[in-house]
Formats: sequence, structure tokens, C-alpha cells
Amino acid sequence: MPLLTQHIQDENDQYSLVASLDNVRNLSTILKAIHFREHATCFATKNGIKVTVENAKCVQANAFIQAGIFQEFTVQEESVTFRINLTVLLDCLSIFGSNPMPGTLTALRMCYQGYGYPLMLFLEEGGVVTVCKINTQEPEETLDFDFCSTNVINKIILQSEGLREAFSELDMTSEVLQITMSPNKPYFRLSTFGNAGSSHLDYPKDSDLMEAFHCNQTQVNRYKISLLKPSTKALVLSCKVSIRTDNRGFLSLQYMIRNEDGQICFVEYYCCPDEEVPESES
Amino acid sequence: MKFRAKIVDAACLNHFTRVSNMIAKLAKTCTLRISPDKLNFILSDKLANGGVSMWCELEQENFFSEFQMEGVSAENNEIYLELTSENLSRALKTAQNARALKIKLTNKHFPCLTVSVELLSVSSSSRIVTHDIPIKVIPRKLWKDLQEPVVPHPDVSIYLPVLKTMKSVVEKMRNISNHLVIEANLNGDLNLKIETELVCVTTHFKDLGNPPLASENASQDRNPEQMAEVHLDIRKLLQFLVGQQVNPTKALCNIVSNKMVHFDLLHEDVSLQYFIPALS
Repeated sequence: MPLLTQHIQDENDQYSLVASLDNVRNLSTILKAIHFREHATCFATKNGIKVTVENAKCVQANAFIQAGIFQEFTVQEESVTFRINLTVLLDCLSIFGSNPMPGTLTALRMCYQGYGYPLMLFLEEGGVVTVCKINTQEPEETLDFDFCSTNVINKIILQSEGLREAFSELDMTSEVLQITMSPNKPYFRLSTFGNAGSSHLDYPKDSDLMEAFHCNQTQVNRYKISLLKPSTKALVLSCKVSIRTDNRGFLSLQYMIRNEDGQICFVEYYCCPDEEVPESES
Repeated sequence: MKFRAKIVDAACLNHFTRVSNMIAKLAKTCTLRISPDKLNFILSDKLANGGVSMWCELEQENFFSEFQMEGVSAENNEIYLELTSENLSRALKTAQNARALKIKLTNKHFPCLTVSVELLSVSSSSRIVTHDIPIKVIPRKLWKDLQEPVVPHPDVSIYLPVLKTMKSVVEKMRNISNHLVIEANLNGDLNLKIETELVCVTTHFKDLGNPPLASENASQDRNPEQMAEVHLDIRKLLQFLVGQQVNPTKALCNIVSNKMVHFDLLHEDVSLQYFIPALS
């Protein structure tokens, strides 16, 4: 084995996680989709990295970056977990600019030695190298929403453009977003109840935007609009979105995001319902 | 005291607009010094305001087709004016595609720098847009504070990397920290570093090259690997970088260890000196 490779091999052995990317934006774009809180928890296994952000014990966002996205990906232990300041991580990942000149790529090498060690980032663009040492924090227990596909009552897959405008123009004076899913009319309805009045947006089930429609039972659930609004970040990047609710009224939004190299990544939001809808209103 | 000047050449007008835009980004108010063959834009901040100073110089004959001035007296044939730099750059914004531009010192109830722009129109008649920029004439006794700064002898002198890259790096670092360390050696290496409780970030620029040393220079004995460093207010550095819209023909960074950093830039025939003092 040539001396240089030998050296890199030895170096890799001391790290519990090593990941390299030719285009750092394939990672930073996905992380921006869940950046609505300062801190995130990262879990790495041989399958890839899952980054989780939570708010108010009611909403959770997960970004999955599978091992195949990386040019090099090794995890020494069964799983590696740490908590990190996501704002700082994103600033570091985009140190050479958020909108690079076309044709220039920033390469990334990311190493983590284990519990108590900082996350090391080596970024390179056009011969300029940036080294970042981000301190990691004690991982926190993340919420388990116990969202199980066997309990899913209603499921709709939409082309994201169908939801993009609706979400960007949500009436933020309304405290809640009410989602109605039903095998009968109105099939799929988004409602807000704001200062200027109520608004309802209906999607017919035979719309071109509707890729799949599997609704078994009428469900009307309300979700805090302030908790759902951040998912717009993922929505604008995605091409398709799957909207599911389970028997408890929990909501799952899965966004399919295609990166610059045409690979598919997923970002998932879970949100618990706001309250029981009073009988008289439904 | 008299001053009137005229630009007719489109390239000169563009260049002058670029210079004034740069000045507007670098200094809120500045002093304009008019002498028979030169114009200077000067900033000399009080130490309490951060102590940044700037000295921008251009040869009048490279810009103006007509240039007449009469200073305060025969032996002091100069004029010093204070103006809000954005007013000048805003006035020049209307001068794009203009046929001619005239700048004149006037007194319309109060002293003004009057900028008149002769615009082309579809019909043969021409239109003239006039801007009166209020100014303050700086009295003779205050001139001594506005003289060309003495360039201190640097420990390390190094060519700057592509300013756009440097700017995006410093912009991101600004999000994380208020202070920055700039360090360089005589081996062509320049590093930008920030350090907080949360994160350390260092950007390494290599092979930038060092200008040939002046003879009888003390730093000749310096170990080429040894770094000279300065702690700066990151906002001051960012302001300088944001002001650089066009890549200069020559860009030099001079570091006086723990005292100051001096940027020496040449844009075609306009020279810009910018001094940022070290944080104590």
C-alpha cells in the first residue's frame, strides 16, 4: 500500500465517522430544509446520517442523507450520535458562499472522533482550504412519534408545486391549519381561521397534481400553524410530498428532494394535532 | 475658491462612477480634496469610532476633459470639502449613458457641489439633470488632520487572494464571531481565523506570493514561515471587502503585528489605501 493511502487509512481508524462529499451543497441544502431551530441531533449508521430538529415537543423534522450520497462514508461503531449547533454548521458548510459561481464546487471531508470530541470539517474550493472545529454537545433524547404505516388512515401524494403556493400564502393570523382528508367531498381541504375570516382550499382528487389518493375515512385535524410553517423550507426544495395521518390524527409530511446530482433524499416532518375538534364544528 | 470640471468620455464616466460607489460603501462621510492635478477621497475616523482610515487618490487628467480650480490661496492651492459619499454616488447613478457630466463648486444659499448630467433623449433636444450636494468647506487649520497617512513599515507584506472568495468567507465568519485574526507570512500563506466557545474556523490561502522586499528591510531576516498576526473587528474588514466590487489590478496586504493591517489596492489608475487598526 502506498505510503499516503496507508497514512489516510490510519487516520480514518481513529475516527468513528468519516464522510466525504465532492459537492457540499448536497448536504447543506438538505440541512437547510430542517433549519428552524438552532440545535440538531445527528445519528450516523452505516446506512447514512439522520439529522433531527424538534420544537415544543410537538414537531419533529428529520433529514436523511443516505451513505450513497457521499463519495466516502465509514462508521466504525454501530451508531454514532451527537448534538450540534445547526446554525453554525450551516455557516461553516457554506463558508465559500451560498451561491457559488457555476462550475466551482466545494468539497467536504467530515470527521468525528467520538463522544466529547468536536466535529471536524475540511472544506476546499479552488485550492483554498477551510478547517472548522465545531464543538459537539451531549445528545438529547429525541421524541418518538410512533408513527407506524399500519396505523395510517389517509394518505395523499401531491406534486410539491401544488402545495407551495398554499403554504407560502398561509394566513398566519390563524392559529391553526385545519386539514381535512376524506374519501368523499371535499377530499383534501386546507382551512385557516384568521382575523380576516376563514379560508378553505380544496384539491379535487382527480387533479393533475394528485399523484396518489388513498383516503379511507374522513378525518379533520388541526395543527398549530406556527409549527407547520417551517416545513415550507423543505417544501420549496422538494418535488413531491406525501401527506399522511394516522388513527391518532398525527401528521407526517414526507418531502422528496432531488439534489444537484439528481440523487433523491428525504426530509420528514411529524406534527401532533392541536386539539380535539368540537363536535358542533365538524 | 473655484472648482469646475467636466467628463465627456463614457469610459471615464463609468470609471468615476465605480470609484464613487466604492467610496460610498467604504465611508459614510468623507473628505474630498481637490488640488490642481489630483482628487483625493479621505476618511480619517477618530479612534473612538474604530480608527479606520482611507486614502483614495486619482489623477484628474485621467478622468476629466476640463479641470479648473483655484484653491483658498496661491500658496495653498487646494480645496477640502466634506460630503456624504452616498449623495455623490446617487447623483452619478443618473449619469449612466450620459453625454457629459459637469461638477462645479457653487453657493446656492449654502455651499454645494453641483453635478449636472447631460442626458441623451430621443428627440434632438438634450435634457440636463442637476444635483446639488450639500458640502462643508473645511477650514485651513483642520487640513493637518487630513494629510496622506504614513505607511508604517510592515512585518509581512503579501498579495491578497481573490477578493470575492475572501468576502464570502468573512461574511460567514461574521455570523459566528465579532473578532477575526488575520495572519500571514513571507511564504505566501495567509490565514483568516475566528475562535468562539462553540467553534474554531480557519481559512488557509496558499501561494499568494510576497512582493519583493525593499532593500535595507529589517524583515529580510525574518523566518519565512513565521506568521505576523493582527486581531481585527470583523465588521471593519467586511466593510472594506464589500466595497470592492471590481477585482483590483494589484491588491496588497501589509501586516504590522498587533498594530494594524494596511490594504494597498490599485484599480487601473486609482489607488486606495485602507488602514484598519488592531483591537487592543
